[in-house]
Amino acid sequence: MSKRVLLGILLACGLTTLALAQEPKTGGVINAVIQPEPPGLMLAMVQNGPVQMVSGNIFEGLLRYSPKLEPQPELAESWSVSEDAKTYTFKLRKGVTWHDGKPFTAADVLFSIEMLKQTHARARNNLMQVDKVEAPDDYTVVFTLKQPFGPFLGIFEVGSMPMVPKHLYEGTDFKTNPYNNAPIGTGPFMFKEWQKGSFIRLVKNPHYYEKGKPYLDEIYWQVIPDAAARSVAYETGKVDVLPGGSVENFDVPRLSKLKDTCVTGAGWEFFSPLAWLWLNNRQGPLADKRVRQAVMYAIDRDFAKDVIWNGLGKVATGPSASTIKYYTDDVPKYPYDPAKAKALLKEAGYKGEKIRMLPLAYGETWQRWGEAVKQNLQDVGMNIETIATDVAGGNQKIGDWDYDIAFTYLYQYGDPALGVGRNYVSSAIAKGQVFNNVEGYSNPEIDKLFADGAVATPDSKRKEIYEKAQKILVEDVPVAWMLELQFPTITRCKVKNLITTGIGVNDGFKDAWLDK
Amino acid sequence: MLSFVAQRVAKGVIVLLAIVVLNFFLIRLAPGDPAVVMAGEAGASDQIFVQQLREKFGLDKPLPEQLFIYVKGIATLDLGFSFRQQAPVSKLILERLPATLLLTLTAFTISLMLGVLFGTFAARFAGTFLDTAITVFALIFYAMPIFWVALMGILLFSVTMEWLPSFGYETVGANLTGLAHVIDVAKHLIMPAMTLGLFFMATYTRMTRASMLEVKRLDFVKTARAKGLSDAVIQRRHVLRNALLPVVTLAGVHSGTLIGGAVITETVFAWPGIGRLMYDALLQRDYNLLLGVFVICSAMVLIFNLITDLVYRLVDPRIEYAT
Repeated sequence: MSKRVLLGILLACGLTTLALAQEPKTGGVINAVIQPEPPGLMLAMVQNGPVQMVSGNIFEGLLRYSPKLEPQPELAESWSVSEDAKTYTFKLRKGVTWHDGKPFTAADVLFSIEMLKQTHARARNNLMQVDKVEAPDDYTVVFTLKQPFGPFLGIFEVGSMPMVPKHLYEGTDFKTNPYNNAPIGTGPFMFKEWQKGSFIRLVKNPHYYEKGKPYLDEIYWQVIPDAAARSVAYETGKVDVLPGGSVENFDVPRLSKLKDTCVTGAGWEFFSPLAWLWLNNRQGPLADKRVRQAVMYAIDRDFAKDVIWNGLGKVATGPSASTIKYYTDDVPKYPYDPAKAKALLKEAGYKGEKIRMLPLAYGETWQRWGEAVKQNLQDVGMNIETIATDVAGGNQKIGDWDYDIAFTYLYQYGDPALGVGRNYVSSAIAKGQVFNNVEGYSNPEIDKLFADGAVATPDSKRKEIYEKAQKILVEDVPVAWMLELQFPTITRCKVKNLITTGIGVNDGFKDAWLDK
Repeated sequence: MLSFVAQRVAKGVIVLLAIVVLNFFLIRLAPGDPAVVMAGEAGASDQIFVQQLREKFGLDKPLPEQLFIYVKGIATLDLGFSFRQQAPVSKLILERLPATLLLTLTAFTISLMLGVLFGTFAARFAGTFLDTAITVFALIFYAMPIFWVALMGILLFSVTMEWLPSFGYETVGANLTGLAHVIDVAKHLIMPAMTLGLFFMATYTRMTRASMLEVKRLDFVKTARAKGLSDAVIQRRHVLRNALLPVVTLAGVHSGTLIGGAVITETVFAWPGIGRLMYDALLQRDYNLLLGVFVICSAMVLIFNLITDLVYRLVDPRIEYAT
């Protein structure tokens, strides 16, 4: 036998073994960390990260999204768009049942939309362009829009639009409905038990519509409030999955090196968390564009990425993260240049007026980042006073516009019309609320571009509009963009296929399996 | 004795009411309200949404009206509804109270027993190496922050030696029952209870030692010695019993501090008690839940103090049930 044939046989055997090894295995239990403990599990009522992380297993949306944010079937098996881009028809899967055995139909979709308009602020905003929703039969839902809305197919993931069982919620007081704490969904896992302060237990849905899935028998979400204790829980083998953000960044390199540990930054493409500094454009030195540009030049963002975030993430170039649609890096650049920052401050006539800075009270990493930025800004002669608050206190100050500089990070939801425009258009200036245009930037040209971009067709037109908007914003520096954050998910390597979509661990564990 | 207890309970109710009113206003002085917190978490925040939440929480009503509604509820033992957790406050607290009681009572027992024991030894062997060793040992635990002792405990006993679990109340998913379950909970309890207990043990050790040395010098001890009683009997029956009064006073005062310490211990060890519930409620500005926890904690402190007064009588029969 020649060497080449032998090599061929060995290669074939190797590939076969690999293929066999990759065949999903059924059974097993996953222990994952959840932090902080969710206040409830009803995704239609509360939409913070931990709620979605657990409930993404229980509830489902009409669509899922690939890491490239392409729509994929979930409760809707197919969809079509009319030529005028104003009518979207969804065909629902047949044979889907709620966890209590009742069938899932178009009536549930219609009810969910009406409920979400009352309880889910983001869903309500997303549905603004919808004129009417109809169900011609039990398995068809037709959305008619007032005008074409480019990102419409991007609003159907489970966190943005979870389907709610009509038969359990119709006619009830949503906020006190007992199913809020023992939810009934259509998802791959069913709620079993919640020992408050300890764990949430989900079990396999034996009647799940995708045959053979889910592979796991159970998921335990363990509540461990202290970051160091969460690291120890992983080190001592008590948990198998640390979703992104579970441990402090400085622990990530150490945990990543542990035996049988796999790390991935995937699964955040839809959210694309982008960190920036709110700069109060209304008053004081920061009302001057040159001072805001000086802030961009003064901050060493590579240092923040490499040292504070342990090399995770990417320096932001502007208002859009590089992972969302219509991103461009063809924008003015702000490299770390303290001399230029000093020159700009001098030109603007800055005389050392006090500037109040609010760090973000999200733990040690953010505290350190606050200190580093303060030092950068002081180095170019800015007089920075750090104001310490907790998250609620910080939000109140930002909402009341009672700050000069404030740290934040926000999700972008895949499309500038959904997660970018809200921070820069004048119509989003509203005192008392957070996460809108709290910096007070107002530019009629930007207002028009975002208004046009949301409804423009075809796609190339949208691209043109958003690229122009990015250039103008980066020149004006309404806020100081810092980093595209990356929250690595740390798992035991035996946990396979945990992250398969652009929403990552927030999309449920239906594809995950254990290589025992 | 009954009238004594009745009077103390009546006084306690008035104190409790004062605590409720005071806390009601104190909490609202902190910037940030639950509607803004929840709107923020929803990933979007518009005027209608925040207004809806305020109305839902009753925050749109004038403060005195909110207070009246709350106090009226308390009078009927209704602690209100936590909109944040979408459940009645009393249910949330009752779910978590047993874990806190188990932790604090165990820590209290450990601290008192070890404290009195070590204090007695230190006093008995005052000025010797043993006395110095005990004093240093006690001071170390008194001087170190609770969270630090907790983390070092985890590092040593969980990570390095692998003797004890590092977090939680029980082994999740083990579904143990009967004796096996009791042993499992006990294993989880050792580190948090010791961490909390060792801090308070230090003060009891110091107090017992000082108090015993003081009592030792009194005339009745000399009399006892003159009567020919053995040293052990004098120490136990005469010195210790009289020296315990300040320790009992301190223990009563500590009942409140103990719950404060439990907040940290419960957080580090992921112990599912009301200390953590209180901390989370504070961060979320969950007013009703926070006030509810305050009411329950205050009631617990008042009960502890009542017990302290009763124990005085047991320790020293000379004390009357004076009011």
